[in-house]
Amino acid sequence: MNQLNSQSNNGNIPALECRNVSQTFMIKSGIFAEKQPLKAVEGVNLSVNRGEVIAIVGESGCGKTTLAKMLLGLLPPTTGEILLDGIPINSVSILDIARKVQPVFQDPYSSLNPRKTIKSIISLPLKVHNIGTEIEQKNRVEEYMRLVGLPNRLIHSYPNQLSGGQRQRVAIARALIMEPKIIVCDEPTSALDVSVQAHILNLLQDLRKKLNLTYAFISHDLAVVEHLADWVAVMYLGRLIEFGKATDVFRDPKHPYTQALLESVLTPDASLGLPEITLGRGLPNPLSPPSGCYFHPRCPKSSTECSEKSPLLKKEKNYSIECHLYN
Amino acid sequence: MLNLTTENSENNQADEFEIAVPSPPELMKRRAKSHLGFILGGSVVLFALIVAIFAPLLAPFDPYDQDLTRRLVQPIWHPTGTWKHPFGTDALGRDYLSRIMFGSQVSLMIGFFAAIISAVVGSTIGMMGGYFGGRTDNFIMYLINVKLALPGLLVALSLVSVFGGSIVALIIILSFLFWDRYAVVTRSITQQIRVNDYITAAQALGASRTRIILGEVLPNVMNQIIVIASLEMAVAIIIEAALSFLGLGIQPPTPSWGLLVSEGRSFMFFKPYLIVLPGVAIFFLVISINMMGDGIRDITAPEGRN
Repeated sequence: MNQLNSQSNNGNIPALECRNVSQTFMIKSGIFAEKQPLKAVEGVNLSVNRGEVIAIVGESGCGKTTLAKMLLGLLPPTTGEILLDGIPINSVSILDIARKVQPVFQDPYSSLNPRKTIKSIISLPLKVHNIGTEIEQKNRVEEYMRLVGLPNRLIHSYPNQLSGGQRQRVAIARALIMEPKIIVCDEPTSALDVSVQAHILNLLQDLRKKLNLTYAFISHDLAVVEHLADWVAVMYLGRLIEFGKATDVFRDPKHPYTQALLESVLTPDASLGLPEITLGRGLPNPLSPPSGCYFHPRCPKSSTECSEKSPLLKKEKNYSIECHLYN
Repeated sequence: MLNLTTENSENNQADEFEIAVPSPPELMKRRAKSHLGFILGGSVVLFALIVAIFAPLLAPFDPYDQDLTRRLVQPIWHPTGTWKHPFGTDALGRDYLSRIMFGSQVSLMIGFFAAIISAVVGSTIGMMGGYFGGRTDNFIMYLINVKLALPGLLVALSLVSVFGGSIVALIIILSFLFWDRYAVVTRSITQQIRVNDYITAAQALGASRTRIILGEVLPNVMNQIIVIASLEMAVAIIIEAALSFLGLGIQPPTPSWGLLVSEGRSFMFFKPYLIVLPGVAIFFLVISINMMGDGIRDITAPEGRN
């Protein structure tokens, strides 16, 4: 396949690209029940260039975390392929993937081993990949602790002695020490205090500029996404329903679901009241998704066509949408 | 390598807070110092250990040296007792203090190695089952259930009568008796641990399964393994004594506490010290090990205890 033609932006090879990526789990819902397919992620296409931030947003259970696991090489896609710098992820070993993609997780309390010191947590990647001597590893750990704003005296501390923000900095240092190109952030700030959130987000921004990093930023906090992202991908029930430049999507959301998501953002001004949510019900059962467009039972603009036919992907330069309204 | 420096405004701010929470090792040290049971039990175990290791230097006589002219000499607290044999002598004129001192070697060695070997086997099996899940776990659960269904002491008795009562044979047979408790406990803890993000982070680093199990999971189950090991060690010492008493364990003339009790049985009503002294030794060693094990549990995992 010709990589230069197959993707839409600039003609150079994107840092991260998903081509028709799907993940299907076989779920048993009872002792005697047949196994049923659960499509956690279905036909996702996206690409992002070096140094850019792509935000993946959506409700709980829409497949964001499954997509993140696939990007990290922990879960091979059922179909489709993921490319890092144009190289398919399933053609290289997990060690090679690890040098390019590293994660930062949501909960800084479960992402650090409570029995290990900060030094051994941050230096684990170097040990796994056999980089440098003991002294070189220690120097590098100190260098990256400085980089993420951790005081040097914490090097022999344990995670229980650190605050949530400091723990998240440790997790970021561990992710960066291999000098990866892509960081998959799975809601890196949602478990933190609001004041600390801003520190961590600014740190992530600084690091991106300094190290020319690419972020795949998974979040349901749209304010954070607007602040950080170059691209936005909106997911619903495993499908990517709208994808485009963050400025465009935030200024003029096309898909009814994206519109509803953006309307649901709480404003700091209490006098404005709670936002009106037009989506009545919760997420439908992914084991038996609705017919036609997955979103039609909740969609305020649905027509009979929506419940009968699946919408086609409409693809433009730098933009794609799956909705009958725009076909 | 990159040359990276950054001046971070929050860095200075974070520096204002001193570390208020002590690290886990410091906390354990602190709790150990104030735990009476651990200190008492630990000192007795330490004492027994020193006696066992330095028995050849400390013992006044060779434990195998018979002197038929000095049979059944009374211990020091008896009016006819002498300081030459503070614990008296046995029916063959061997110095009883020396025999008890050398007997601690057998008890501690069997207890220690049976606990360690079964810990290694059981925790490996348990952590593998808990970490891999699926078919591996089913198979391991099957093994554990088979082991739990076996009448342990009967199997041990028959194995000892087939393979004899050497120390090595006893250690292997007792290890086979004890591995299942480690497996059950480590398996369930590993199941709780493996869903943590630090395991996913290690996987995303490309760390091997061996490294994840030994480097990430094992430090988190180590406390429980030590607690079980200390309790199993006490049980192993008792079972060794029981087997030796029945004549199936350690064979004479090797001094083992169980065997000493067995040999003293025929003099029970006339020379009670022959039974009482090794019995008291077993009792104190086992209760001290149990106190120490309880202490280790309180020290390492104090959540929900007072």
